[in-house]
Amino acid sequence: MTSLAAGARVATADPGAHLVAKARWRWPEFLLWLFAIALIWLAPSRYLLFNEIAILALLALSIDLVLGFAGIVTLGQGAFYGLGAYTAGLMAKHGIGTFPWSDPLLGLLGAGLVAGFVGFLSSFLVLRGSDLTRLMVTLGVALIVQELGNKFRWTGGADGVQGVMPAPLLGLFDFDIFGRTAYLYSLSVLFVLFLLARALVNSPSGLSLRAIKGNVIRARAIGIPVERRLVVIYTIGAAYAGIAGALLAQTTQFVSLDVLSFEKSADALLIVVFGGVGTLYGALVGSIAFKAMYDVLASATPEYWSFWLGLALVLLVLFARGGIIGLLTALRDRLDRARSARA
Amino acid sequence: MLTILFDGIAYGLLLFILAVGLSITLGLMNFINLAHGAFAMAGGYITVIMVHRFGISFFWSLPAAFIITAVLGAFLERTLYVHLYDKSHLDQVLFSLGLIFMSVAAVDYFMGANQQIVNLPPSLDGRLQFFGASIGYYRLFVIILCSLLTIGLQLVLTKTRFGSRLRASVDDQRVARGLGIDVSRIFALTFAMGSGLAGLGGALGAPFFNIDPTFPLKFMIYFLIVIAVGGTTTITGPFFSALLLGVADVAGKYYVPAIGGFIIYTIMVAVLIFRPQGLFGRVTGR
Repeated sequence: MTSLAAGARVATADPGAHLVAKARWRWPEFLLWLFAIALIWLAPSRYLLFNEIAILALLALSIDLVLGFAGIVTLGQGAFYGLGAYTAGLMAKHGIGTFPWSDPLLGLLGAGLVAGFVGFLSSFLVLRGSDLTRLMVTLGVALIVQELGNKFRWTGGADGVQGVMPAPLLGLFDFDIFGRTAYLYSLSVLFVLFLLARALVNSPSGLSLRAIKGNVIRARAIGIPVERRLVVIYTIGAAYAGIAGALLAQTTQFVSLDVLSFEKSADALLIVVFGGVGTLYGALVGSIAFKAMYDVLASATPEYWSFWLGLALVLLVLFARGGIIGLLTALRDRLDRARSARA
Repeated sequence: MLTILFDGIAYGLLLFILAVGLSITLGLMNFINLAHGAFAMAGGYITVIMVHRFGISFFWSLPAAFIITAVLGAFLERTLYVHLYDKSHLDQVLFSLGLIFMSVAAVDYFMGANQQIVNLPPSLDGRLQFFGASIGYYRLFVIILCSLLTIGLQLVLTKTRFGSRLRASVDDQRVARGLGIDVSRIFALTFAMGSGLAGLGGALGAPFFNIDPTFPLKFMIYFLIVIAVGGTTTITGPFFSALLLGVADVAGKYYVPAIGGFIIYTIMVAVLIFRPQGLFGRVTGR
């Protein structure tokens, strides 16, 4: 509930002024993005890892939109991620590296549309019922999509889609084996979509989503179209996840059935919680922390990685509710209070 | 035809025994425990160890699976779960997912990732011809045992003092507390019972499913469907939804193997569209 606490701190009578105040950029945000760009020169040998982090962050961002701002607990975001990956992968494969079909940006668009459309359809099921039904539906949809990916011949079954050949980015930049283009590409897409998400959650519509999350009955009573808002955000979340999947397919030039696995959805959910739910930056910080943790723990014993993951989840729920961003805000608040006490 | 119906009923009853504990704990404490399947897995592995490592009879492994998982459940409830009742559903989901991941890795570490096959005791191996239907003795055994358990459960819930206290707590926890019912103790007992039943279900199911460490993840969706379709206010709801699911799943996999896996999801979607409160659930204020 750090977001609510943050809202209460700048409580004003004028919602417009409140939104403007919330939408202002703060220095840690600049710092984070500058750091991400600086990595191009700081660590040229790790592009592939950074690319992975950027894609994971976009997937986590899509969950944060749905979970952190609309309060929909989802176990199936991997369905849309996988749909996006397959769409972009198949488009690039059958376009054989030439313009309309293999163009990376059109691939993103196609992936976003397909995933968004399926998200739109399944959102009507998600709207119904309690948290329990939502868990069942999101998980069920993910399992259906996974089963379809496994069964259809043109998705390659368990072999996945091989020979994905995206055309050069904007017709200029080829995807190199060091992943330099890939990282820049993923980072730019992440940045643009992040800006959009940031604008969305700080808009009146985003504010009404928080109201729905806080109390559905009250939100409905003050005239917020609850169903429509939830459908919209769920669809947007699905499209975001689809684009993340498309980035993965294009930059790794391969789609495996793994993108649809339950573990993928669970990992992404964990990342959001790890970083801090309902903060947007939690998705970014969380994916960096997650990958770092993975690097340390899984390199020692890869098969028991899930044990440490589970332990992290349990401890997080019991002791560190707000995630990394929550801890940082608490720290800042304490500093602020100490400073104002001195003054 | 009859054979499939029979197998489906056996499977459905087994699902009911596996899921009923989850249904009660969810109705009582509004607690979403995704890790319920981990208890079932524990029961299955207890059977595997007892039968294949120590050569103990399969029949003895069933009560052992029940008792050991019940004690395990009571222990975890008192130490860990108790901190989560007043937390949000998201926290409960994450917490129980964490437990699943840990149990999967732990079982993988101790028992290996491969599937464990439990051989049936010779007295239960074999089939019986009955009006053209071929009925496995083991399935008959499962059906009889699970039916007895179900009747017993229903009797405990409706006829005993514990049962009426439990129902009172499910209906309105605050009033029940006000009447001097020790709800948290009832919950601990129920949780232990539910875990024990899951363990027993896992043990009974071991010869069917060939359990492996990913069991809790594979069966999570089944539990969720049983409960979301059946509702959490009664045990007859989950009972019928488990039967329906069992028969549909077995029949689907037999008649249309190509799309058999999708049958249960189709049921799930159809129920949600036409009866979002569940097939048997009543609309409550909560």
